Amino acid sequence: MSVPFINPRDVRFVLHELLGAEELALRPRFAAHDRETFDAAIEVAHDLARDLFLNHNRASDEREPRLVEGRVEIIPEVKAAIDAFSAAGFLAAHMDAEHGGQQMPWLVSVACMAHFQAANVGTIAYPFLTMAAANCLNAFGTPAQKARFMTPMLEGRYYGTMMLTEPQAGSSLSDIATRAELGEDGRYRLTGTKIFISGGDHEMAENIVHLVLARIAGAPAGAKGLSLFAVPRFLVDADGTLGPRNGVVLAGLIHKMGYRGTVSTIIKLGEAAECVGELVGPVHQGLACMFHMMNEARIGVGMGAIMLGYAGYLASLDYARNRSQGRLPQEKDPAKNQTPIIGHADIKRMLLAQKSYVEGAFALGLYCARLVDDKATAPEEQGRREAALLLDILTPIVKAWPSDWCLEANRLAIQIHGGYGYTRDFPVEQHYRDNRLNPIHEGTNGIQALDLLGRKVSMAHGEAFELLLREILVTAMTASLRASLSTLGVALAEAASDLRATTEALHAARDKGEVERFLANAAIYLEMAGHIAIAWMWLKQALLAEEEAADLGLSSSDRAFYAGKLAACRYFFAWELPKTRAQGELLRSLDTSCLLMEDAMF
Amino acid sequence: MKILVPVKRVVDANIKVRVKADGTGVETQNVKMSMNPFCEIAVEEALRLKEAGKATEIIAVSCGPVQCQETIRTALAMGADRGVLVETDVPLEPLAIAKLLKAVAEKEQPGLILLGKQAIDNDCNQTGQMLSALLGWGQATFVSKLAVEADHVEATREVDGGLEVVKARLPAVVTVDLRLNEPRYASLPNIMKAKKKPIEIFKPEALGVDVTPRVIVLKVVEPAKRNAGVKVPDVATLVAKLRTEAKVI
Repeated sequence: MSVPFINPRDVRFVLHELLGAEELALRPRFAAHDRETFDAAIEVAHDLARDLFLNHNRASDEREPRLVEGRVEIIPEVKAAIDAFSAAGFLAAHMDAEHGGQQMPWLVSVACMAHFQAANVGTIAYPFLTMAAANCLNAFGTPAQKARFMTPMLEGRYYGTMMLTEPQAGSSLSDIATRAELGEDGRYRLTGTKIFISGGDHEMAENIVHLVLARIAGAPAGAKGLSLFAVPRFLVDADGTLGPRNGVVLAGLIHKMGYRGTVSTIIKLGEAAECVGELVGPVHQGLACMFHMMNEARIGVGMGAIMLGYAGYLASLDYARNRSQGRLPQEKDPAKNQTPIIGHADIKRMLLAQKSYVEGAFALGLYCARLVDDKATAPEEQGRREAALLLDILTPIVKAWPSDWCLEANRLAIQIHGGYGYTRDFPVEQHYRDNRLNPIHEGTNGIQALDLLGRKVSMAHGEAFELLLREILVTAMTASLRASLSTLGVALAEAASDLRATTEALHAARDKGEVERFLANAAIYLEMAGHIAIAWMWLKQALLAEEEAADLGLSSSDRAFYAGKLAACRYFFAWELPKTRAQGELLRSLDTSCLLMEDAMF
Repeated sequence: MKILVPVKRVVDANIKVRVKADGTGVETQNVKMSMNPFCEIAVEEALRLKEAGKATEIIAVSCGPVQCQETIRTALAMGADRGVLVETDVPLEPLAIAKLLKAVAEKEQPGLILLGKQAIDNDCNQTGQMLSALLGWGQATFVSKLAVEADHVEATREVDGGLEVVKARLPAVVTVDLRLNEPRYASLPNIMKAKKKPIEIFKPEALGVDVTPRVIVLKVVEPAKRNAGVKVPDVATLVAKLRTEAKVI
């Protein structure tokens, strides 16, 4: 019996009770589905994740991909897992039926993916990148590009990557230097160096199609001069036949702290042999094309962080139930048996903190996934528009908050294990190392904070921000009318109005021209907004849990489940939400402690 | 040839089973239920026979509460063609199930019935054998290799001393063992297809079968906890203890 890596009861709670997945099946796009198909998909995901992903999570960390005679060697369990994932139809699950997909709601697809992320984040990264690349081609590729590149990706034959970062252009994408020259044959020749390319080179797939950002000769400087290219490892003829090797060459591997199962590479384009690329989407619109998929990708990163936090929480919970150590303070007899450590108050503190972070974030992650569906398929135009706005403003939060706070959960999971947690005999140290990537990639959390405060909060004349506050206040009002939860409802309403006042104070500084001061403490702003969003998710869960708990026919395990939801909500409101008061105060003071520091003063 | 594959809904093999507080049975509420792993192997074997052109139709049948439809759907999502549910809330004993399966077999006239050798919930290992006797068909049990010919099966059985090969005339009842094959996972396209496959529902009465339990469960308890062992200084002490205390030699 393996250590649990996901809680199926909570998946069911969030998917069906909280987010009403079933009602999506009423929409024409999802008409072939119902609760049964959703649950069956979740079950296959669970079993596959347990049997074929969890089984080699440690092995791919210990035996990370390595270079053997110029080729990347990856342990065989990785490809076996990806092949099974593909054979089960997950690569194309959300795609249109015409592309061989099942038109699964994004919400259910994300919930399925969560199982694989919890079990083995290093292996699922390859399909994850391939699905993102396929989505991008689906949106912007020509019919010929879709047939030659996207279809084999959805069949699991080709893998995909995203090539953005260069040694001198990490967070600063506008400084990308890879060049593309249009040849007389109508194809582009690319030259440049890309770094930190996950899945950039290996022997697991027939072909790898890289989506590369590069600058066409003569294009304007900055982000607006970038175009997107499909660059296959092996050239692909018009009829899909594989041609010769393209000049996209592995220059080295990067050795990481965690996420080791995913090979990270340095790639040279067009150095020794010519590197042929095909333009995807309009000229100079590369960044926009790539960012078209960014909401989904960032929810994916947030979900990865959440599931690593979740797996660590469950591992430490299992450990705390089975590890006996010491006696409770009132027990003075040293001859008495030791108590399981879950009986100790400080262990319960660390478990409850983890529970509140990971289950709160899990609800937010799936809520955002549901917004992706609503944005495309809500019956009314207003519903679609509001979902799009909410999704835009929540995206930086759902990427950054979990990658900070579910990492904190991983720290607590190690702490509960004591010395054993610091060894490689238990999974929690790997969870921590794996999760440490998430605040960094797909836009660092610093970039997310700037995106939230500098762009999203004021976009559409502040409409997204107002909408988010409205949604939070609806939940707060509902709770405040219920005696048992009224203090929590009032606390959330106060926090929300604090966020509004804080935002107004920051905007006042911006409007006076103090742009640097306005943005200097954006990281704290994101944390404040994140804490409020998670408190909102907890109050939603608590309202529901309280209703469900009123059913006298509940089993003892369901009763405990709902009581746990209420307890975790109360914890978050007592221990975490009050932090937003200090954050708001600091932000409204437009504190310049950090901003005014000078290089020499450090 | 039709193949009938009985499938049983049991507590998932990965779940740690808990005895109910009142001692009337094991806790099944809010516990993940799955297809009995031996039944999965039977379904897989049936699918392989169909893929090899040896069978034309696979019918998954389950007996029990309405939730057993989920188990039938799993078989359909693996690739079985249609389902039969004999629906009853009465706890079913192996003999009752064997009688129900006999009634279904008489309606369906399969050439082969493939079952798991036992179910992991109560480990009875009786249904297949009883079914064979009730039908008057030949049986091959604990099968780890199966070859289906025009009028007979050749089955390799796992027995204490090694492997035994038997032939049975068709129609026959075959119960499968762990090493026969590795069952496939359901796939999303097959889950969608399974929705459209029919499941016929009967009540035991309609099949003329009395399923009243004959065994009364007095109480269900956890197995006694094993006590820690003791270290003995030498072999002589060990032998003495085995002789005088354990009284096993």
